[in-house]
Amino acid sequence: MLAEKYPDEIKKILAKYPPERKQSAVMSLLHLAQLEKGFVDRHAMQEIAGICGITETDVAEIIGFYTLYHDKPEGKLRLQVCTDIACALRGADEFLEQLCERLGIRPGETTPDGLVTVEAVMCLAACNKAPVFQVQGPDGISYHENMTVDKAVEFIETARKGVK
Amino acid sequence: MAHLLLRHRDIPDIGKIDIYRKNGGFEALKKAVTQMKPQDVIEAVKASGLRGRGGAGFPTGVKWGFVPNTIWPHYVVANADESEPGTFKDREIMESNPFQFLEGVAIAAYAVGANTAYIYLRGEFWSVAASLDEKIADMEQAGFLGERLFGTDYSLRIYTHLGAGAYICGEETALLESIEGKRGQPRIRPPFPAVYGLYGKPTVVNNVETLTNVPLIIVNGADWYKSLGTADSAGVKIFSLSGHVNKPGNYELPFGTTYRELIYTYGGGVTDGRKVKAILSAGASSAVIVADDKALDTPMDYASVRTLGADLGSASVIVINDSVRMDWVINKTIHFFKHESCGKCTPCRDGTYWMLHLIERIERGEDVEANTKLLHTVAKQMQNKCLCPLGEFSTMAVTTAIERFPADFKASAEGGKHG
Amino acid sequence: MAKMVSLTIDGRSVSVPEGTLIVNAAKQIGIDIPVFCYHPKMEPVGMCRQCLVEVGRPAIDRATGQPVIEDGRPKIQFGAKLETACTVPVSEGMVVLSQSEKSRAAQKEILEFLLTSHPLDCPVCDKGGECPLQNLTIAYGPSESRFLYDEKHHAEKHVPLGDKIWLDRERCIQCGRCIRFQEQVAGEPVLAFYQRGRNTDIITRSDPPFDSIFSGNTTDICPVGALTTADFRFGARPWEMKAAASICPLCPVGCNITFNTRREAKSGGKVVIKRAMPRQNEQVNEIWMCDRGRFNWHFVENENRLAKPMVRKDGKPVEVSWKVAIEEAGNQVKGNQVVVLASGRLSNEDLFNLKQFADGVGGEALLYDSLPGGELTTHFGLVAGSNLGDLGAGSAILVAAADLYHFAPIWHLRVKQATERGGNLIIVNPEATRLDKYAKTLVHCQKGEAAKKVEEVGAAVKDAENLIVFFGNDGSPELAEACANLVKSRAGKVNNGLVGVWPRANDQGAWELGFKPAGDLAKALKGKTVYVAGCDPAGDDPQLAEALKSARSVIVQDILLTETAQLANVVLPAQAFTERDGSYTSGERRVQRFYPAVPAFGESKADYAITAFIAAELGLEVEGRSALLVMDMIAASVPAFAGISYGKLAEVTEQWPIIGRSDLYYGGTSYQNSQGLGVHLSGLKKA
Ligand SMILES: Cc1cc2nc3c(=O)[nH]c(=O)nc-3n(C[C@H](O)[C@H](O)[C@H](O)COP(=O)(O)O)c2cc1C
Ligand code: SF4
Ligand code: FES
Repeated sequence: MLAEKYPDEIKKILAKYPPERKQSAVMSLLHLAQLEKGFVDRHAMQEIAGICGITETDVAEIIGFYTLYHDKPEGKLRLQVCTDIACALRGADEFLEQLCERLGIRPGETTPDGLVTVEAVMCLAACNKAPVFQVQGPDGISYHENMTVDKAVEFIETARKGVK
Repeated sequence: MAHLLLRHRDIPDIGKIDIYRKNGGFEALKKAVTQMKPQDVIEAVKASGLRGRGGAGFPTGVKWGFVPNTIWPHYVVANADESEPGTFKDREIMESNPFQFLEGVAIAAYAVGANTAYIYLRGEFWSVAASLDEKIADMEQAGFLGERLFGTDYSLRIYTHLGAGAYICGEETALLESIEGKRGQPRIRPPFPAVYGLYGKPTVVNNVETLTNVPLIIVNGADWYKSLGTADSAGVKIFSLSGHVNKPGNYELPFGTTYRELIYTYGGGVTDGRKVKAILSAGASSAVIVADDKALDTPMDYASVRTLGADLGSASVIVINDSVRMDWVINKTIHFFKHESCGKCTPCRDGTYWMLHLIERIERGEDVEANTKLLHTVAKQMQNKCLCPLGEFSTMAVTTAIERFPADFKASAEGGKHG
Repeated sequence: MAKMVSLTIDGRSVSVPEGTLIVNAAKQIGIDIPVFCYHPKMEPVGMCRQCLVEVGRPAIDRATGQPVIEDGRPKIQFGAKLETACTVPVSEGMVVLSQSEKSRAAQKEILEFLLTSHPLDCPVCDKGGECPLQNLTIAYGPSESRFLYDEKHHAEKHVPLGDKIWLDRERCIQCGRCIRFQEQVAGEPVLAFYQRGRNTDIITRSDPPFDSIFSGNTTDICPVGALTTADFRFGARPWEMKAAASICPLCPVGCNITFNTRREAKSGGKVVIKRAMPRQNEQVNEIWMCDRGRFNWHFVENENRLAKPMVRKDGKPVEVSWKVAIEEAGNQVKGNQVVVLASGRLSNEDLFNLKQFADGVGGEALLYDSLPGGELTTHFGLVAGSNLGDLGAGSAILVAAADLYHFAPIWHLRVKQATERGGNLIIVNPEATRLDKYAKTLVHCQKGEAAKKVEEVGAAVKDAENLIVFFGNDGSPELAEACANLVKSRAGKVNNGLVGVWPRANDQGAWELGFKPAGDLAKALKGKTVYVAGCDPAGDDPQLAEALKSARSVIVQDILLTETAQLANVVLPAQAFTERDGSYTSGERRVQRFYPAVPAFGESKADYAITAFIAAELGLEVEGRSALLVMDMIAASVPAFAGISYGKLAEVTEQWPIIGRSDLYYGGTSYQNSQGLGVHLSGLKKA
């Protein structure tokens, strides 16, 4: 239950919007819900619908539209490499390919231990610091810029130790 | 010249509230709220010639003037969605010079009589939002936000709102839908947000960089601001330089700086000592400019860039050197727009999908000539029919790349970016 | 009156109220601008872009603010972009070119975009033949697609959205009509778009899925074959079917409907009903109907249908000829005390004849009904000119102890709409209903307390310009009276009055024709010859079954072999409403005709005719030759029906929005009404 785990956060989120506009809180609440498991499950959707005074269908459509929300479990961390035009001009495609090779997976797949899912994403507004990836995980989203494959692997190794 | 927007480059800790205050911070807000009528603030911004930095270049003061005083409440929304490929300036401002931006938001809110302002950040800017929340708290504590500012009747709250991965939410009406907790799909315009905006109320939407200029104008005056830049493009601009340059990054320069200066003087020249072949002047939404001498010597301002058959837009300059073929470039941009099309209107939803298939055929070397021709037709066919500019944007690079770099589409294409 | 605006569309001048959208202005002069996402009953969204047209406006001289004159005429300036006719309101002097080369090209190009992802499985698609996409493609579209067939977007083809509606994701063109219908019209936002761009799909996450009694309407307005009903899908091709006008018999709203029928081998070469569709009546059901009406007409083809008359011999029912059965019925009646027990399932004509019969034999005419109050609705009900669609600001609606959503769904819809136009809704109810969220005042009460609560809220509606009170049953005997008290002073005033939320379609008609429920029905039956028509007391209530056993004898006239029929001495097979003509009086006191759709089952006869036969056997004169003639008798002898005739009932006037078969894409597949809008009962009984 989100309400039990994050009472203060929920209060703060709702305070941002006019009281009759609770639907506005749906996006922030989804971000909150997703911290738990990396995706939004049915229970969370129902709870959020209740808080916002909308239907579960309304919540589902938000999850479906925005790419940062997920309704299925994947790796604990989602490592998302920008391969958009500006980064690609600076070798992002090759970076993604090599990183995946090192991890023994293909883009879009998850490492066998369930730790990281590696995906290509659109521009992250860090084009001057390519290669760059963001990591979606239990602590929210962080940026990792001016990356090399070694540095990326090192990051994953550190995370792996943290998890164990 | 000292930086006006990227001031953290000159004053390292300007992201701390006391350092910002020591350097003249919040003087503009105080002046506006205590000494100026809202209408005066609008007039000053009008007179400064400030134009929106979000892409369309609409005169900011004029936009503020559209807000009717018959419908209340009013809202101000800062557009920090920053998702155009090649654009990364707003993030630097918000991370490193946040108070100048927030001060700009506050002045804009005062000018249009809004007591609530939202900052809409793309969801990826999770940590930027967190740090802005702290800065907002700092301002509240210091009395620059909250109830009865400077002892007047004016009150203001600023809140951040995180998106969740959708380029279309940079389009202002989609952005408003998103704040309302809906799918970020653009609304039919008119009515424009200034009349029918957030929650159906009059709303001013401005880009982060636009708002960051505002305190400068209030403190130094419209004339001073107008004296910077060129006749149709007043002030300074942050150029996000990326792609094949040795020193990519944000460069704050007066309007009228040439592409050559940006790329060679500031950007350290083209990578691998190669020749610059093409320029995307406004990110992936841009027409492609043939980087000949004439283009390189064109001053970067709204009017001049137009003479190159392109737009200044958000001034996200992506440099492409001669190692790359343009079919590869538009493969990338089409992928982007196909991925980001919101799906609301037919030509964009189905047109981007169709274009993607065609460029993939071209990349596989299948019937290149016929497919190139059809691709051009499809792109043209989308133009002027879409509900919002995204669909139109998606065609810009496509049609111009095919028209301006025909040779790249003749080469027996076998994929990859290099010809 | 709204200000009028003059403009020219394709060279023709038209004057329309300010604010009218171009597409509707064009429609009014018979110009069909193609649309997909636009629907005249919903807010425009301008998303499909099919309706792009060239729009010019008079050029204004900046200096003088006056129109620029060129060659003696105002100069018209055309924008660089085409505009969506569905979102742009008309303006003075506007010039619209919907057929210009530029407009035609754009319309064709948008169609080509739509077709890139469309499966083009028209030969196997339910919508084929009545498909806006198909029609428009033929009218406006490209002759061949330049899109590569094997690169079409693929998606799931058979997705049940719920029990009643199936979705073919591949055929969907993302016009959003279904979603907007659920949100704006039905007020049940249980459909939504999922994902985005080319991957956009329709989903529902309600529990149960697609939880709405109005869901079937989405299949009418879906401009392609993406949404189909479980009941009809793969049932028949639209062009094979005939249409017969009818009235839904399932509740007192009286939705105008059309039955589609065809002769088919599967049914042994018989003409059968394939589906029920709404038929436009803007004053009753607009272009909608509820799922109950749409799917629950199958009882007419129930396997227990009675084909032949039967008479009980040696304790067992035996099939006999009509002649024998009628003689036997006559014998049972002759010289005995008779009770006629009939229900509002029967038509006005049937009930009138039964009443004539009862009067003729000196018997009683009892209404089989659990809801009292008809003596009040005949005095204080609605009168001609009343239309729920006219109620808005200044009007009040009180709903007392009734669940409109479940028992009169289209009234739920129309009351909801009245609140959206500013009408004040007050609900007094022991139970929660889906209408509650639209009420300004919501009074929950204990069962049996509703009457008292209605008195309490009376003051709040006293000053409303219009007041309509719907009442149901919470067990308190005084409820109808308490409701009537609120409208008594308004008797005879248009858009004011009392409406019973009756359990059956024609209960109001039964009351108007002189039927009344018995105080104690079981007692009333004892020792009598009971002539039961259109109801099954024995099946409904064991006590009544006992009572019927203690009757002298029982004559049953019904379409099914009911439990009551099983214990009858004489059983007379009646025709279903789909097999004959007749009329019902709706709860709003509107008399509406239904027409035969399929041939009669077996040897069955229309109820009014059966009654006339028995009457004749007894030497009584009751009209039985045709429903039309019975209606003439009614009109001549029942004051409320004065002036009503089958001719009058069949009259139509033009309705807005204009819908019809020629341009399904505008309003959907709801049928045009050319068989009659019905007529309000003229007067009220004097108090
Ligand atoms: C598809 C699309 C994406 C956009 N993205 C952004 C964006 O990320 N940031 C932004 O400031 N403006 C963006 N805009 C422009 C906004 O719609 C709007 O014009 C701008 O926020 C107005 O602010 P300004 O007048 O200060 O430029 C975008 C427009 C479109 C059509
Ligand atoms: S142009 Fe694209 S992004 Fe804009 S409304 Fe149409 S589908 Fe959506
Ligand atoms: S855009 Fe006008 S009908 Fe769809």
